[in-house]
Amino acid sequence: MSLTDLTIHELHERLVRREVSSVEATRAYLERIAAVDERINAFITVDAEGALRQAEAADRRLAAGKGGALTGIPLALKDIFVTEGVRTTCASKILQNFIPPYDGAAAARLKEAGAVLLGKLNMDEFAMGSSNENSAFGAVKNPWNLQCVPGGSSGGSAAAVAARQAAATLGTDTGGSIRQPAAHCGVVGLKPTYGRVSRYGVIAYASSLDQVGPMTRDVEDCALLLQAVAGHDPADSTSVDTPVPDYRAALGGDLKGVRVGLPREYFIEGLDSDVKEAVMGAITVCRELGAEIVEVSLPHTEYAVACYYLVATAEASSNLARYDGVRYGLRVDEGKGLLDMYMKSRAAGFGAEVKRRIMLGTYALSSGYYDAYYLKAQKVRTLIRRDFLEAFEKADVLLTPVAPTTAFGLGEKTADPLQMYLSDIFTIPVNLAGSCALSLPCGFTPSGLPVGLQLVGRPFGEETILRTAHAYEQATDWHRRVAPI
Amino acid sequence: MNSKYEIVIGLEVHVQLTTASKIFCGCSTRFGASPNSQTCPVCLGLPGALPVLNRRAVEMAIMAGLATRCTIAERSVFARKNYFYPDLPKGYQISQFELPVCVHGRLEIETEGGGKKSVGITRIHMEEDAGKLLHPDSPAAGSVSYVDLNRACTPLLEVVSEPDMRSSDEAVAYLKKLHQIVVYLGVCDGNMEEGSFRCDANVSIRPWGQKEFGTRAEIKNVNSFRFVKQAIDYEVERQAELIEEGGKVVQETRLFDPNTGMTRSMRGKEEAHDYRYFPDPDLVPLVISPEWVEQVRLGLPELPEAKIERFVGEYALPRYDAEVLSADRALADYFEAAVAAGANPKAGSNWVMGEVTRALNAEGIDIERSPVSPQMLAGMLRRIDDGTISGKIAKTVFDEMWKSGKEADAIIEEKGLKQVTDTGAIEAVIDEILAANPGQVEEYRSGKEKVFGFFVGQVMKASKGKANPAAVNELLKKKLNM
Ligand SMILES: [Zn+2]
Repeated sequence: MSLTDLTIHELHERLVRREVSSVEATRAYLERIAAVDERINAFITVDAEGALRQAEAADRRLAAGKGGALTGIPLALKDIFVTEGVRTTCASKILQNFIPPYDGAAAARLKEAGAVLLGKLNMDEFAMGSSNENSAFGAVKNPWNLQCVPGGSSGGSAAAVAARQAAATLGTDTGGSIRQPAAHCGVVGLKPTYGRVSRYGVIAYASSLDQVGPMTRDVEDCALLLQAVAGHDPADSTSVDTPVPDYRAALGGDLKGVRVGLPREYFIEGLDSDVKEAVMGAITVCRELGAEIVEVSLPHTEYAVACYYLVATAEASSNLARYDGVRYGLRVDEGKGLLDMYMKSRAAGFGAEVKRRIMLGTYALSSGYYDAYYLKAQKVRTLIRRDFLEAFEKADVLLTPVAPTTAFGLGEKTADPLQMYLSDIFTIPVNLAGSCALSLPCGFTPSGLPVGLQLVGRPFGEETILRTAHAYEQATDWHRRVAPI
Repeated sequence: MNSKYEIVIGLEVHVQLTTASKIFCGCSTRFGASPNSQTCPVCLGLPGALPVLNRRAVEMAIMAGLATRCTIAERSVFARKNYFYPDLPKGYQISQFELPVCVHGRLEIETEGGGKKSVGITRIHMEEDAGKLLHPDSPAAGSVSYVDLNRACTPLLEVVSEPDMRSSDEAVAYLKKLHQIVVYLGVCDGNMEEGSFRCDANVSIRPWGQKEFGTRAEIKNVNSFRFVKQAIDYEVERQAELIEEGGKVVQETRLFDPNTGMTRSMRGKEEAHDYRYFPDPDLVPLVISPEWVEQVRLGLPELPEAKIERFVGEYALPRYDAEVLSADRALADYFEAAVAAGANPKAGSNWVMGEVTRALNAEGIDIERSPVSPQMLAGMLRRIDDGTISGKIAKTVFDEMWKSGKEADAIIEEKGLKQVTDTGAIEAVIDEILAANPGQVEEYRSGKEKVFGFFVGQVMKASKGKANPAAVNELLKKKLNM
């Protein structure tokens, strides 16, 4: 067994026993990245020098007996997280040479915990996409099948975990951007409750939906990594000041007394038969573990995608206004004046999908259309949130597929944005409701592509979904399969 | 001025708050630092940075709202005003739109005729300021402009009035009143040249008796009371002429040029921005509890109107004195400190409005930096009251205190300025004067009593002003009438 096959908690055991050093583990990962990333393209930037420096510091800390759960563990961050001195691009040409002068909350907390940051991971530009094909740094390939997409937008974060290029990673999830790629790559991904993790230093796509979360090999790692980044941050006014429970302590036991709800609207025609079969199998496992299976309804589900593409794009159109070529980032200036510089810089700096969403959002906020689009979408959002609260009166956890299909072929949906948007149909409502949800492997197609299971929890109900996922994981072995790369 | 039309004016005033740090980050708000030295990821609009509201700025907004009799909203919302400009780092300004922090206030002003008038305040909202563009003059710099973001993200209040003013004088009276209040509250330094208090004026005219408002022009950034008057007067004249000639006023934004005293078109209605306001998802709604409002209310300083009444009642000052002193909080504080240190109120008022103000103006300094403290002034006034020095000598003592910073008693002692009340010494001087001026003595005795003043002057001069004037009068009369 190679060092790179270990989970965080397994590696941690060896590190504290000094059977292996963080420098050795870090070198193993750097070698693994060097060996496979040409095929996967998960990394935009590898910071070998910085990582080894951090590993040395971690080894000193471990030697002094002061190491925590993440000390010396090689991790990597989606390139949406601002990192001091390390290029942060958001997979956009407009930020291709941007080196931030500060660390965001995620980087700062991980550094404080003594983690080693290997580098920055590929993604859809500004987190806009479901296939990781919208990157200025090229598409990411799915480690289970190099002809397939890894999902998006945190495609690099998912692929890097599946391909053993990092022990775990952080992604962000606005409409499914952690859960959908986690499902397509056969790893565990958690989108925490909105406000649970600080957004300070996360390059904003849609501020009222964006949330930071872990992408890991198993549920225990997921609990550990969430523990490290969760908690109130005075620098993010939307982060919530509520106590952070001990997530790892919540793991263990069966599902006796747990009410697992199946939302009627999520088991529909058009659901891929492999996906359906795997999810049905998972329901059986849960029942065997003692869960009570109940049917629930989320009646406004059909409006979620439309609602999302108004709210998210409206916020994005404003969030991305700062990329104007004046202070940092790409500037195309032919000396023809300010307006010309603005237009040429943004035309050259943004990719097609980003431009499409900026235009959609600008339209939705325009005078004369605001009430019909943005305001209406906000009202729908309230209805969707209410749907979930009502469903949680009958159930403790909702169980659904993560996506209607497994990973699709590269280029298969790029010509049809609407088809692409529908791949987030089961994940988007959770972001609109502000709740938490987790994706974990629940089977494979005959051709060997992973299928993901989504468990949705109440706001700040991360413990419940982690415990449910852990019980399921203990009863199955999907998470032990290794991508053939 | 054209008397065929009624003038309608509404004002939007930007008040820069005096918080030590910016409204959404911890950077200093100090004016005049080297470009971009007071910036951070938040006010530079760097990717990933997020705003955090400054609680002190909210308190100042509440203060301004209470002082203008506004309702303080229990829940208000920050909104993004979206537009591109190089001095606006995020591509939007964080402001308030549909739900501002204060609404429905009013301000009482005095009109030309000496009457009172209430001007409605529609709303007061909080927002962040933009940065500044620097355009170097040197030809070597070519067409380059520079951006200084020190001012970006400094807290502003925008105070929007109802269109209640009917002349440029009323507009100026309103502005002066608002200026006085925010400076009094200490929420604004009031410095108009540095842009801490700036104004946009909405001006329209309509035939007398017409109910509907005429089409208005918005005049931007008029940064002195005088310019406001000039700009409005010019604009009214321009609109009246236009209508007289059969033309139509168009809704537009105009810029006042202080060099020509004219306004010129900046952009029309068609070119008006669509700011695409929407609630800022990075900030939670601002919730202000009634308890918080009460706490701020208790901490409010006394406002001019209340102070005038108190000065009249408590110190028996003439209303004129009370008004002059209360016009400036620092001046009023100085006066009260002098009274507290033992000064006679009326004498104190005379001196503060007279010599103290004159000396400050001559040196162009604020009363806070007066070299003569209120306690020093009171010490000197006590020496007038107890007859140690005369009012006339006091002016000399005051000048000396101003120059040297020494106490009155020390100066009186040092310079031998103590009033002479020793009748023997005064009599000796009088005898000398009378002997030296037999002609004038003759004149006086033949009935020309005016000459009396001449003798007083001579005696005072000979005694270097130190002779007690009352004693001089009495003794002179006695000797001349002998
Ligand atoms: Zn700042």
